[in-house]
Amino acid sequence: MAFDRTAHKYLRKNFKMPTIWCSGCGIGIILGSIFKALEDLNMTGDNTVFVGGIGCSSRIPFYVDFDALHTTHGRPIAFATGVKFAKPDLNVVVVAGDGDTAAIGGNHFIHACRRNIDITLIVINNKIYGMTGGQYSPTTKSGEKTTTSPYGHIERSFDISKLAAAAGATYVARSSVYHVTHLDKIIKEAFAHKGMSVVEIMSPCWTTHGRRNRFKTPVEMYKWLKDNMIPLNAWEKLPEDKRAGKIPYGVFVNKKDIPEYCEAYYEHIIKPNLNKKRRDFSEDIEAMKIKLEIKAKEGWHV
Amino acid sequence: MRGPTEKELEGYTSPVYVYRAWCKGCGICVEFCPKNVLEIDDQNKCAVVRPQDCIKCKLCQLRCPDFAIIVDDGK
Repeated sequence: MAFDRTAHKYLRKNFKMPTIWCSGCGIGIILGSIFKALEDLNMTGDNTVFVGGIGCSSRIPFYVDFDALHTTHGRPIAFATGVKFAKPDLNVVVVAGDGDTAAIGGNHFIHACRRNIDITLIVINNKIYGMTGGQYSPTTKSGEKTTTSPYGHIERSFDISKLAAAAGATYVARSSVYHVTHLDKIIKEAFAHKGMSVVEIMSPCWTTHGRRNRFKTPVEMYKWLKDNMIPLNAWEKLPEDKRAGKIPYGVFVNKKDIPEYCEAYYEHIIKPNLNKKRRDFSEDIEAMKIKLEIKAKEGWHV
Repeated sequence: MRGPTEKELEGYTSPVYVYRAWCKGCGICVEFCPKNVLEIDDQNKCAVVRPQDCIKCKLCQLRCPDFAIIVDDGK
């Protein structure tokens, strides 16, 4: 028997298994898809960095046996921008939740999209703050019950994909943990894309969200995704009155003609200044050394 | 390489292998298996009950969040 063991190959050797996520959580499925994309694109620990913030989703960098950065809440994109800017040859992958991306890190998110820096951002959208006990997040749909909205949520929700597209990201796609083959394809495309790529993945959180919203088991939430998510081309043909409650999935934006930030920086700022004559400071340094020697002879502590 | 050792897999004839130490019994594989090969047993873990029906579509392996299921890929 030859078993397919891609995931077991990439799992970090010294980190606890089984995974820390609850039974029925979709984050493990996304991690499996990431492993498959890494295998297909020959991405290794030498050319890839994972960046995670705070939250259940941000445990993913712990499980990938690559160099990883564990950062403060909402700031993984800011740290990733620094990593990419210092070493433009690296593939930088940011894994963040909806709280990290749309709430506290909202500004970093839209400005990274605007700059079009070559980062892959995987947003795991479970519509709740799962790790801290189920408070509502910016993507909680109105009417849903959470610990901080026990009578039903009254605010309207963010659409992360539309926000990314409007902010100027050059690759925006949405998928879900039910549609695994589609998810594999989208993650692979996003890794290969040059420029800011945003992948929003709908993933259920039964422990803090489903239980309070009439889902008896985690499997029912997967069935909900199956029934309520429709492909983009079918969504476009759907009349306006039938769109309520349905979520489209597919590739929303895929532009290739917009310059990438690091390349544009090299082209416009570094390259013109490469052969420029710089001021020679060696004489000044010699003069300073002589001054210091004189002061030391006079008894100054230098 | 994490998960089951080569020694544990040696002599295993069914096309689906469930690593029980990692299984959390969420039931996703049981629900979405098109041939009803898998079932949740009395210890609340996934068990292979009808291995002869398996068509190696790998949907259980793809959707297992705990990397507990591996399917023979015929290589």
